[in-house]
Amino acid sequence: MRIALIAILLFVVTVGSVVFNFTTPFHFDAIGSNWELIDITVYITFIICGIVFVVLGLLMAWWVHKFQYKEGKFAEYEPENASLESGLTIITTIGVVVMLAPGLVAWNDYIHPPKDAYELEVYSKQWTWMYRLPGADGVFGAAHNKYVEFDNPFGMKKDDPYGDDDILILTDTVKIPVDRPVKVLLRSEDVLHDFWVPSIRAKMDAVPGMVTYFWFEPIVEKMYEVLCAELCGRNHHSMRGWMHVVSMEEYGTWLNDQVTWAGFQEGQVPLSPEAARGRDIATTNGCFACHTIDGRNLDTGPTWLDIWGGTVTLDDGTTRVRDEAYIIKSILDPHAEIVEGYSPTMNVPEITEEELQSILDFMRVLTSEPVKTEPAIEGEEGSVDLPEGEPTTQPTEEPTTD
Amino acid sequence: MATVEVPYQETVPLHHPKTWIGKYIFSQDHKIIAVQYGVTAMAVGLVALILSEFMRLQIAFPGWEWMDFFTADHYYQAITMHGMIMVIYLLTAFLLGAFGNFCIPLMCGARDMVFPFVNMLSYWVYLLSVIILMVSYFVPGGPTGAGWTLYPPQTITAGTPGHDWGIATMLISLAVFIVAFTMGGLNYITTILQARTRGLTLMRMPLTVWGIFIATFLGLVAFPALFVSAVMMLLDNFLGTSFFMPAIVSLGEKLQYSGGQPLLFQHLFWFFGHPEVYIVALPAFGVVSDLISVHARKNIFGYRMMVWAIVAIGALSLIVWAHHMYVAGMHPSFGYFFATTTLIIAVPTALKVYNWILTLWRANIRITVPMLFALAFVLTFIVGGITGLFLGNVIIDIPLSDTYFVVAHFHMVMGVSPILAIFGGIYHWYPKLTGRMLNDTIGRIHFYFTFIGTYAIYFPMHYLGFIGVPRRYYETGISDFYPQTAHDLNVFITVAALIVGASQVLFIVNLVHSYFNGKKAPANPWGANSLEWCTPETPPRHGNWEDQLPTVHRWAYDFGVPGEEKDHVPQTVPRRKAS
Repeated sequence: MRIALIAILLFVVTVGSVVFNFTTPFHFDAIGSNWELIDITVYITFIICGIVFVVLGLLMAWWVHKFQYKEGKFAEYEPENASLESGLTIITTIGVVVMLAPGLVAWNDYIHPPKDAYELEVYSKQWTWMYRLPGADGVFGAAHNKYVEFDNPFGMKKDDPYGDDDILILTDTVKIPVDRPVKVLLRSEDVLHDFWVPSIRAKMDAVPGMVTYFWFEPIVEKMYEVLCAELCGRNHHSMRGWMHVVSMEEYGTWLNDQVTWAGFQEGQVPLSPEAARGRDIATTNGCFACHTIDGRNLDTGPTWLDIWGGTVTLDDGTTRVRDEAYIIKSILDPHAEIVEGYSPTMNVPEITEEELQSILDFMRVLTSEPVKTEPAIEGEEGSVDLPEGEPTTQPTEEPTTD
Repeated sequence: MATVEVPYQETVPLHHPKTWIGKYIFSQDHKIIAVQYGVTAMAVGLVALILSEFMRLQIAFPGWEWMDFFTADHYYQAITMHGMIMVIYLLTAFLLGAFGNFCIPLMCGARDMVFPFVNMLSYWVYLLSVIILMVSYFVPGGPTGAGWTLYPPQTITAGTPGHDWGIATMLISLAVFIVAFTMGGLNYITTILQARTRGLTLMRMPLTVWGIFIATFLGLVAFPALFVSAVMMLLDNFLGTSFFMPAIVSLGEKLQYSGGQPLLFQHLFWFFGHPEVYIVALPAFGVVSDLISVHARKNIFGYRMMVWAIVAIGALSLIVWAHHMYVAGMHPSFGYFFATTTLIIAVPTALKVYNWILTLWRANIRITVPMLFALAFVLTFIVGGITGLFLGNVIIDIPLSDTYFVVAHFHMVMGVSPILAIFGGIYHWYPKLTGRMLNDTIGRIHFYFTFIGTYAIYFPMHYLGFIGVPRRYYETGISDFYPQTAHDLNVFITVAALIVGASQVLFIVNLVHSYFNGKKAPANPWGANSLEWCTPETPPRHGNWEDQLPTVHRWAYDFGVPGEEKDHVPQTVPRRKAS
């Protein structure tokens, strides 16, 4: 008997689909969170559905070939077969239960965050992300879209005492500690958005007018790209952010660089990554043994607060403008010019040009006078997203240095 | 069901039209109205097809200078219009408006629909809704780019293309469409319930009619929810009410809304939107059941099970809607309920698939063009159905929602599948409708391009979802989740889509060419049993039958009955006394 083309085609399509499944590189990537149960449920579903697909596809191909038309032949006349039909019903029901049960168990986990999860608010708007943490008291201050203004980007309720210590992260990049469950609370300023990192598996829409949530526990230290998964207007595809899973120590350091709502209202801005690096380099090189950044002048050296700008009297009685050249000279050749009242005890630091620039970035932050000749501080992953009209070079909140 | 001694329509005088316009334009003949619905739906479907090719070109070749004119706004407008046209103005209109109109009176042994004038009105109002929809492209700002789901608030905020005029024309067009559908739908239901000929009990009805019947019922229940949400959204947009709009700041500007609930719209939309899937699927199920049975020369296996499965699927489809909203932020406990109902619906659906395939067993299969499409439907529907088991299971939907897995799934299950059923149905009924056979060779070439092509488009596309490629992205840019291999796959998919699109020209050429030059069709070219093949004339004249309506003595699936002379026994043949 001639093999019908359609029978061959059904066979090829069925087998080809299976081959594609096993050879394609396109499967879930290595999971970055606790949601293995999701992957397991997908796996179970894949196996059951895969078997059903192959059996049905091959049966079709085979039977279409085997029972081709012959003139004068009569098909078998069997309108119903109760035992076959009920048997298939039972098998199908069992298959469905096997797929559904782990799914519901996983869903139960998904909607019940563990008690020790900390809360992170993801604040979304066309077409960027911002973040808020509840601060030392562990309680978010009340917030609502109706309070949103240029100088109140999260819509904080002004007289709510819980809000003062809330930490505002005004960039699209957030760091979270590894191996700590986090309950993500989602808010939107305008339309629907959806905070999504594929490797984490979890996601949820942000809906204006309400707070939605999901939770996960990151298990790999990695920089993840954040996507918006819910159509949110003409720039939906470019609404990206970064979620950096880091060690607890790095998280602590980063957290200290952020501003609180109270600080933000006073005009503080968070340290840029460059400035933070400069501060770390200064710490490593022991600069803060002799210099402070809070305005106190120790016997050993002048404070760095506002050290940039203005004039200073040297020990030979001359006055000197504290411009960039002076600062650099004072760091690289500390004994050349000594400020009145100090002795030349500073060691020449062993730093690279790049590290010097980072320290300068940090000192610039400590300076209240705008440095007009220098480009604004702008980082790859942490540019300060300030509303227009805000001063950009106010001193930051005191960073801890040790 | 008691048989009616004198069928209702035998007592009603039939007024034949006297003018050409009355016969072919403002016609009250269900067959002409079916053609009008079908041609309009296909024309607007071509618009959707062309839009989809532009979308595919953009996805495969972002930044290509020839595509410079195609901005993000155009892209989002295209996905919106493509989706809405395909779901509503093509599939719903074709399966119910064209097949419903053609099949119901003929298969029920009626002269026409019960309310022919309302039936005619239904088409003209549908045409109006299509015109309003097309006007979208000519209003300031162009059509809405909110996605076919039209989720507020973004439908009416400034960050979305077509947020003022475009959304208005869309919503008005939908409301007008629903008026048209209601007029048609009431007709279909009433005709099926009241105008079946003598002997045609409900449990003797062909499955095509069953599918259309339950689908129409679903439409009449579900479309009002869409109508209400369209009205409310128009009010929000133009009168400043806050049904769906909470207090928001749109691109730095505070809007005067407060207290509205975006999720309310989603619930209303999907209360319509999920039954809508079955409004499209059930008639396709019915058509395919009939095609397989006729062309396999064997009774459909488990007819009663097939009927009850259609009824069960229809009923269940009304309580699964929120499975489209697992990540929407609704109350999380809903997840348990909707995942369970959704997976339950898989059981009757799977049974239908088993029965189609079991019908092939020990059959006598004629591999005709309609049969090819029916077989392709079954395989495509299996893929679309089992991927639905992924997405219906709430926890699996979490990583896969809003990815290309979803796009591939719903195109398989309610895009390609019903279109294959429609093609199958057209190749099957065209001889009865026109009195001419379609060209068989062109039909086969069209089939292979369409089936292989659509499978090549959508099967691999599922896997893009696993690596996290999000849907509705104008461009992906350079990103971790989008490796070069995924881009290569997208180029492949686009090439396949262009080939499939171009091959539809064959179909249109075949339709037109065969109408004038096709072989003369015999009254019953496929050897089928249902009543439409028993008309005294081919094509049937206005009124379909002689003075007396036909009398039905058996179901429509008496193929290969032992002891009979021929391998098929039409419904009009009396049963033998002995049996």
